[in-house]
Amino acid sequence: MGILEVKDVGKRFGGLQALGDVNLSVKENTVHAIIGPNGAGKSTLLNCLVGKLIPDTGSVMFDGQSVLGRSPHEINQMGISRVFQTPEIFGDLSVMENMMIPCFAKRDGSFRMRAIENTMREKDVVEKAEAMLVDMNMADKRHMNAASMSRGDKRRLEIGMCLAQEPRLLLLDEPTAGMARADTNNTIDLLKQISDERDITIAIIEHDMHVVFSLAQRITVLAQGTPLVEDNPENIKGHPKVREAYLGETAA
Amino acid sequence: MLGLNNKDTKLLIAVAVLTLLAPFILNPFPADSAMAQFNAGYPDLMQRFVIFGIFAIGFNILFGLTGYLSFGHAAFLGIGSYAAVWIFKLFTYNVVPAIALAVIMAGLFSVVIGYVSLRRSGIYFSILTLAFAQMSFALAYSVLSNPKFNLTNGETGLQVYSGDLQMFHRDSLPDLPHLFGLSMRSTYNLDLGAWSFSFNAGYYLCAIVLMLVFYLSIRIFRSPFGLMLRAIKSNQTRMSYTGLNPRPHTLAAFVISGMYAGLAGGLMAAMDPLAGAERMQWTASGEVVLMTILGGTGTLIGPVLGAGFIKYFENIFSKINDSILHEWFAFLPDGLENFMVFIVHPFIGKGWHLTLGILFMLVVIFLPGGLVEGGQRIGKWIKNRGKAKDSGATTEPAE
Repeated sequence: MGILEVKDVGKRFGGLQALGDVNLSVKENTVHAIIGPNGAGKSTLLNCLVGKLIPDTGSVMFDGQSVLGRSPHEINQMGISRVFQTPEIFGDLSVMENMMIPCFAKRDGSFRMRAIENTMREKDVVEKAEAMLVDMNMADKRHMNAASMSRGDKRRLEIGMCLAQEPRLLLLDEPTAGMARADTNNTIDLLKQISDERDITIAIIEHDMHVVFSLAQRITVLAQGTPLVEDNPENIKGHPKVREAYLGETAA
Repeated sequence: MLGLNNKDTKLLIAVAVLTLLAPFILNPFPADSAMAQFNAGYPDLMQRFVIFGIFAIGFNILFGLTGYLSFGHAAFLGIGSYAAVWIFKLFTYNVVPAIALAVIMAGLFSVVIGYVSLRRSGIYFSILTLAFAQMSFALAYSVLSNPKFNLTNGETGLQVYSGDLQMFHRDSLPDLPHLFGLSMRSTYNLDLGAWSFSFNAGYYLCAIVLMLVFYLSIRIFRSPFGLMLRAIKSNQTRMSYTGLNPRPHTLAAFVISGMYAGLAGGLMAAMDPLAGAERMQWTASGEVVLMTILGGTGTLIGPVLGAGFIKYFENIFSKINDSILHEWFAFLPDGLENFMVFIVHPFIGKGWHLTLGILFMLVVIFLPGGLVEGGQRIGKWIKNRGKAKDSGATTEPAE
């Protein structure tokens, strides 16, 4: 049994069958990549996992519990954190404040009225956020406005915010989309380091084959809403069906 | 001090000094001089400064922190006033229970209205709150004032009549709202040479309440809850995907700001024991939006400045009439004098709204951060003036 079990999930938008009978099992403490051409249903699948969409059929179990019908914040509190394609951070707040919010969410749950306490005197949260900024190599940027950082830094901050919640499953939606080569390589290194050092499962949706083959231990190929193959990277590279559907001639 | 950092403590002390010394500060001109009409240090106006300051501070907790723009906060102000007057009518003229009930009633109503309105955000939220406020206005103005069930006394406004029950009223107590016997109208006049200053009990009650709620708002701004509210304004998607439920956060902010409005309404009734439906009209809701934006949305002191600014201009400009204008322009030749009066006339008296509109436009266009931003710019300019001389152009490091 994997930590995430997707069974027969289907989702239809009007006349379009976005997902049809998707089965997927993500094993604990692995890096699992989901690849596929445009319109294969990767993002739809991801949205079904985090509560943004509710699938028409099938079940999604996380650590033995169903996530269906729960709202995004509940699913997050179960231990699934999501990194978006365009970094979603609190642009108006400082980097430190950005990092403190997930620390509060981890400690206090989805809502706790703490309207009189002084934020900066919540020692445990401040210390944890500061340690997390050091881990992410952005301690020097703590007073900066988050919106004013480079895209690579925003991505790094977003990943750090997700990690601050100590999730068991980290979902990444094309984390290197639109990044320069150097930023992409930094992100790969960061994710490698995270999966080596932490007790965490990573599921990643990616277009960039370089990223996929440098990180993933397991790969699922989606095409037209259904999984074609699930295997390890070596076998995927050489799989004739995958080449045909996705990688094209150049990958050979 | 009091769990605040240095900067906030200074701000609180500044507000305390300004409110406590307001009778002096607002009366800078001798009582008989021509400039006396610019004096604002009389009890009625000072009370309004402070009460609308409280209203705007509360509104800013919702609008400034979460970005949810309510167009119906005057409803809570009106509910507070009605609740307070009912205490006066049924029980006692003591203002403490009246103000307490005003806050509680406004809180209850804001739970209901907030729960429904906060199902939507953006413009839809604004429209929902506006609709609720207009419904409350209609209820107060006509529906709830029929001979069988007269809760609001319609157009006349709710007031205390000599035949009212007033269960705990005794003859030894003043026949007006009072604080354990101290009448809200009692005023001590201090004459110093040509100057005259009035110290009014009601004003000082309002001022003390203002300091308390201003302190509370600083605490909220600096609290984890305040941080969450700013996070909602910044990015609700990230908020949800960080495991935080935006709904109870926004509802709590809505109820807190509704209670601030109820407090303002209760104080208004405590200063003058009557409550009218016009207090709930949408123009009154719009006014607090203007105050907050004019002063500086999301800043601590901004709403208080905005409230003072608008109320000052409302009173001073609306009091100027043509004969005063003729006095001012008397030094000009006759034709030119009449011409100047003709030009200025639309901006004074009943036309003061025109002046307010122009001021509002200027502030929004040139100082998007409101009066607070204006103050900061002046502060920076004064600081840099000295520096620029000896070191040439210096670039300030980003903070």
